[in-house]
Amino acid sequence: MTTMIGLFASLVDGLLVGSVYGLAAMGISLIWGVMDVINLTHGAMIVAGMFSLYLLVDTLGVPVYLTLPPIFIGGLIVGIALYWIAVHHMIGQPPLMSLLSTFAVNLVLIGLGTAKWGTVLFNVPVSLPGASIGRYTFPGTHIAAALLTAAIAFLLYLFLFHTRPGKAVRAVSGNREAAELVGIPTTRMLAFAFGLGVALACVSGMLIGTLFPFTVLSGDAYQLKSFVVTVLGGLGNPAGALIGGIAIGLFEGLTAPFIPVNWTLVFEFVLFVVVLIAFPGGLLSLRLPRRAG
Amino acid sequence: MLDAGTILRRPFFWIVAAIIAAFAITPSIGQNVELREDLLLAAVYITLASNLNLILGYAGYVNFGSIVFFGLGGYFTVYFVSVLRWNLVAASLVGGIAVSVLAFVFGLGILRLRGAYFALATIGVNEAVQAFVTNFGPWGGGTGIYLSTELFMPLGGPAKALWIIYYALVGIMGLSLYLSFFIKISKFGLGLLAISGNEDAAAILGVPTPRYKAMVYCISAFLPAIAGGLYFFKSAFIQPSDAFDLNLSTEAIVTAMLGGQGTVIGPALGAYLYEELRGWLLTSDTFANFQLVISGALLLVIVLFAPGGLMGWLYRQWPTLKKVLE
Repeated sequence: MTTMIGLFASLVDGLLVGSVYGLAAMGISLIWGVMDVINLTHGAMIVAGMFSLYLLVDTLGVPVYLTLPPIFIGGLIVGIALYWIAVHHMIGQPPLMSLLSTFAVNLVLIGLGTAKWGTVLFNVPVSLPGASIGRYTFPGTHIAAALLTAAIAFLLYLFLFHTRPGKAVRAVSGNREAAELVGIPTTRMLAFAFGLGVALACVSGMLIGTLFPFTVLSGDAYQLKSFVVTVLGGLGNPAGALIGGIAIGLFEGLTAPFIPVNWTLVFEFVLFVVVLIAFPGGLLSLRLPRRAG
Repeated sequence: MLDAGTILRRPFFWIVAAIIAAFAITPSIGQNVELREDLLLAAVYITLASNLNLILGYAGYVNFGSIVFFGLGGYFTVYFVSVLRWNLVAASLVGGIAVSVLAFVFGLGILRLRGAYFALATIGVNEAVQAFVTNFGPWGGGTGIYLSTELFMPLGGPAKALWIIYYALVGIMGLSLYLSFFIKISKFGLGLLAISGNEDAAAILGVPTPRYKAMVYCISAFLPAIAGGLYFFKSAFIQPSDAFDLNLSTEAIVTAMLGGQGTVIGPALGAYLYEELRGWLLTSDTFANFQLVISGALLLVIVLFAPGGLMGWLYRQWPTLKKVLE
């Protein structure tokens, strides 16, 4: 029996989880916006975040939420390395080429991952007191994940709009040649931006790891969700990605009580294709001026 | 235009005929079942790569989800045979047509997207279809459909049926190669290559781009659908995770690019070499799980350093090869 409160609880939970989807999507959106590259290693990086969480907590006994900073920094470094391996060569070429090269790297990483860990399910048990309203409890992990996401999104905003390197990154995404002309080392900025996008993916993986069990192959599903979210919010618009994530979370919360879980996937992909066709600039572009490309 | 005289005079026509003959005859000598299974898989890979090449190599549109045609063809055929009790020929043909019609419908939606957006949308189509089929009761949902051995009786029993299906698949492979060849030397193919070069310029110069794109998308669905029907009938079992396995789609892209997209023999060569490599990797102890890693590494090397693939390299060494090996 679905009551109004039950629906509301479902929606709120959807909002919490959706914000983490948004965080995952921000990584893709940032990279796309800055350098016109669609990063298909995103899924592998989410998995990397999940497994880093597991390894740090299980073998080193690091408290769960303290793994966030090292995972972020690790992601940054790996991202910069990935940039030089697969992406640098492809800047300026059609986005399709970088799509293929990042896809290739993704294959290699997932292949290595399955060789090492198979398709075994991993779980990181996190016990955190939740918040209750009547009969409905919001898991503490969901609340923590949403709060951390909000914090990270806010920090990202501060970085991009109120620090010199952040403004440099935005300058490069606006007009690379002009940025070079005013003395910004654009290649280094591109590598850094890519690293940032990957770091966001890793951290979102870590947060998802606190919420749900995972395997080496889980990254794929979240990567696809990230694409739906990114497209909804508009490629290149990290704020839009966060809003898109929340929208998807709300959508899942709304439909979960009524429709078996598997059908939501079908709806999301149909939504994905429809938005790609009807609103290539994302839903937010309906109000704001359209970005070129 | 295409006329019998011109075609028969081109050496490549006979090269393809020789390939088909080789595939058909070599396992038949001594009824070598192991070789047949190996070549059957190779024929499937070649079919997938060649048909993908029509849209990838000729028109320049990357179809990440090309496996959806294979899987849907498999499902239609298996369903027609097991539930409606049709014979295999009718089932696979109607399946092929049904999938082409579906391709047309999908195409209406996604073909107006360009480049990377189109590529992403094709992944979306494959995943959506897989999610739908997993929930679709009449097609067995997540567990899939099993075929009982009695369904192999009209073909003369399971052992004989496997041979018949093998020859049929070799035939489909041959048709794929000829289709690729004929399109390449036709006006349609020229239009596709123009689209790949610069779609807007092609449109301005009079190439009917939306129509050509829709046509090639549908055509590239037909033979893989039939191949899927035959393949899954032979396996006597189909389930969504096998039918819509994105890894196979990926391998089709890797093999088409490895051999040389945009040529006829390239994808076939790439597919054959890759399938042999993969077979070897799977049986080798150290590398059993590594085929994805190898695919990925190969794709990366090709994309970074040799986008023309094997044939691109061969053409540069021996330019006269272009006239013989298309």
